[in-house]
Amino acid sequence: MTITSTDRIERSIVLKAPRSRVWRALSNAEEFGNWFGVALKGRTFTAGKRTQGKITHPGYEHLTWDVLIERVEPERLLSWRWKPGAVDTAVDYSKEPDTLVEFELKDVDGGTLVTVVESGFDQVPEWRRLDAFRMNSGGWDIQMQNIERHVATP
Amino acid sequence: MSPRHSGATGPVALKKAALRSSAPIFAALGDETRLRIIAVLCAGGALSITQLTTGTEITRQAVTKHLHILAKAGMVNHVKVGRERLWEFEPAPLTEARRSLEVIGQQWDYALRKLKLAVEQ
Repeated sequence: MTITSTDRIERSIVLKAPRSRVWRALSNAEEFGNWFGVALKGRTFTAGKRTQGKITHPGYEHLTWDVLIERVEPERLLSWRWKPGAVDTAVDYSKEPDTLVEFELKDVDGGTLVTVVESGFDQVPEWRRLDAFRMNSGGWDIQMQNIERHVATP
Repeated sequence: MSPRHSGATGPVALKKAALRSSAPIFAALGDETRLRIIAVLCAGGALSITQLTTGTEITRQAVTKHLHILAKAGMVNHVKVGRERLWEFEPAPLTEARRSLEVIGQQWDYALRKLKLAVEQ
């Protein structure tokens, strides 16, 4: 068995769109923000630079999305570091370990394969991991249902 | 990113309880020596402290300490064989910890589906 499987999450999806189109949706900060749910108008993703924006999910607008862009490799890879579960505005998370998020693009028949890997969970302290789980289990179930409905609507 | 959700009831609250109980497992695994102990026990069945320290730099005392942390998280059990105490791996809590990561994975499923909608328009 693989012990380290508590450290990372990996998800993939095939999109019926050329790689250049998918890359634009990922690398153009404003466009990224539109589908990801962050207000990033006028912002850019630059390797080694921070990008911040207000979350736009209804009810969570008081939270800031704050990432350190790590790599920007056109039409191939976008990665950032962030603090999972950094949802308490009264807490300074700057000294806490972060997780690494990597989006990778590959050509496949009929479109583009997007793989997202988030790793580093074993370094996240227990109390913040709980926050990360809490927010995910609380907020995203509802969001998932919303998107199911959205996709099902012709 | 995202959302703390308060006042959850029903299935969400149940899920929260399950996640909270996984926290000690992640904490227990956040140490190189303990990870090594788990790896050895996974491969080697029930082992004594002597067997666990053989060929390593780690003292009996240190291994004992780590085993007790792992036992507290429910990840190892001990059985008595004669006068000897043998330690073995307990897989159930780790399975539950993986399930917790599944929940974060759902966040990414959701994000990727939003991306799909955006680029396939």
